[in-house]
Amino acid sequence: MYGFEAMTFNIHGGYLEAIVRGHRSGLLTVADYNNLCQCETLDDIKMHLSATEYGPYLQNEPSPLHTTTIVEKCTVKLVDEYKHMLSQATEPLSTFLEYITYGHMIDNVVLIVTGTLHERDVQELLEKCHPLGMFDSIATLAVAQNMRELYRLVLVDTPLAPYFSECITSEDLDDMNIEIMRNTLYKAYLEDFYQFCQKLGGATAEIMSDLLAFEADRRAVNITINRCCHDSILCSSLEQSLHEMIVESCILVSAYCKTNYPYGHEELAVCEDIDQVHVLACVYIIDVRGVMEKYPPYQAIFGKLSYGESQMLDKAFYEEEVKRLCLSFEQQFHYGVFFAYMRLREQEIRNLMWISECVAQNQKSRVHDSVVSIF
Amino acid sequence: MSGAIVIGASGSWARAMLKISPYTFSAIGIAVAIGVSVLGAAWGIYITGSSLIGAAIKAPRITSKNLISVIFCEAVAIYGVIVAIILQTKLESVPGSQMYVPESLRAGYAIFASGIIVGFANLVCGLCVGIIGSSCALSDAQNSSLFVKILVIEIFGSALGLFGVIVGIIMSAQATWPSKV
Repeated sequence: MYGFEAMTFNIHGGYLEAIVRGHRSGLLTVADYNNLCQCETLDDIKMHLSATEYGPYLQNEPSPLHTTTIVEKCTVKLVDEYKHMLSQATEPLSTFLEYITYGHMIDNVVLIVTGTLHERDVQELLEKCHPLGMFDSIATLAVAQNMRELYRLVLVDTPLAPYFSECITSEDLDDMNIEIMRNTLYKAYLEDFYQFCQKLGGATAEIMSDLLAFEADRRAVNITINRCCHDSILCSSLEQSLHEMIVESCILVSAYCKTNYPYGHEELAVCEDIDQVHVLACVYIIDVRGVMEKYPPYQAIFGKLSYGESQMLDKAFYEEEVKRLCLSFEQQFHYGVFFAYMRLREQEIRNLMWISECVAQNQKSRVHDSVVSIF
Repeated sequence: MSGAIVIGASGSWARAMLKISPYTFSAIGIAVAIGVSVLGAAWGIYITGSSLIGAAIKAPRITSKNLISVIFCEAVAIYGVIVAIILQTKLESVPGSQMYVPESLRAGYAIFASGIIVGFANLVCGLCVGIIGSSCALSDAQNSSLFVKILVIEIFGSALGLFGVIVGIIMSAQATWPSKV
């Protein structure tokens, strides 16, 4: 019932919505970031953070701090908040919250499988996994040799199982396969999440479809650019077939958000004509830009980039995403705020990681390069 | 049955409606006035209350201020109680012979209509105040300068119920039963 969520939303969602909005007011502000950017050492950063909500988590850390410790503790805080919300949530909000973690689960699976392929220690890999994407049998992922085993032995018990239907092959796992698997899984995940939000209806569907479509678009663009860069380096015919597979997954990712911009993704998928004269990656990025600039929401993003500044694309996308996430807080009585909050916190943790890395490595001139302030 | 009006053939709906006792109408009117008003108030209080509890975790200062929102919802129930009391004072006993005379019927319908007006006006008023109260709690937690501004909106929302009460009371003034002879 569109427009009538206000009457019944609060039965199950009112308390948690208010809590998540309370958490949101704890996000670091522009002033906080300015202070953090002034820091000389990691201990300064810790001191500044102690005045924020991260304080209790960093309090008992012994003095020679590492960047990883800061990031780890900040993530612990996010996970604590998430678990608290999940334990309070009732259906369908609890399912919605679980959906948020599936993205991390996919990343973790890929991380473990890639790591095993390069013969890393499983324990070491497990420590690197995002705690939100952990599941019981994750350590056994290392035994799988191909996609089918991966599915049959481990993933059939996880929520990711339905997403595997499109990528079960008996081929041995290699880097390219894994990358394709990640993108296919992510595509299935986004579509499933999108369907779920549509089923919830009302303001949740409206806001989440925008956020998820943006996520899908961003991934589609990134895949296209990565493929273009890859193309320019390796042009052998063997590689060519693999690229086509990636293009395919790229089209798949973007398949569902065609409702907004029906032809854009096809054009995007087509910009692959490898002209022997232009074998430079940036040419392809300009190609992508040409396609994307036709679509109003992306004009601003690509307009900001001067030619050749492709590494800034990520930041531009993050900025746009943060803007959209913040806007979802403008409406009440919908689940989008939970998604938005989790994403904003993750962005904040990325910011803190960048700042502390810059401070730790004495690269303070670059500290503003990749910080996306949230409010 | 002297003076009773006769409408429709026996067995028609019109006759059936007419033969419902004015006391039944009055009683339903009074019940709706209080019952639906309290429903509206309770609905409003849970919408406000659940948001208020959640928001107060990170910003405890808002609790006492935002009790005003709850009180506004509560006022809606009080309107219902007041009108129900006024309406029930209008009930008078009439001799059985006068039960279906037009004046009796009019009194019964007047109390019924009055109860419906008050009940539903207060239901939507309670909802309106509750939703605004919930937004009020959330925005006050973020920015305390918004509280007074949203309170003004809430007062206007609360006035809606009052309109119902006024019209309901005027309406119930029509309820004059035939004098005992």
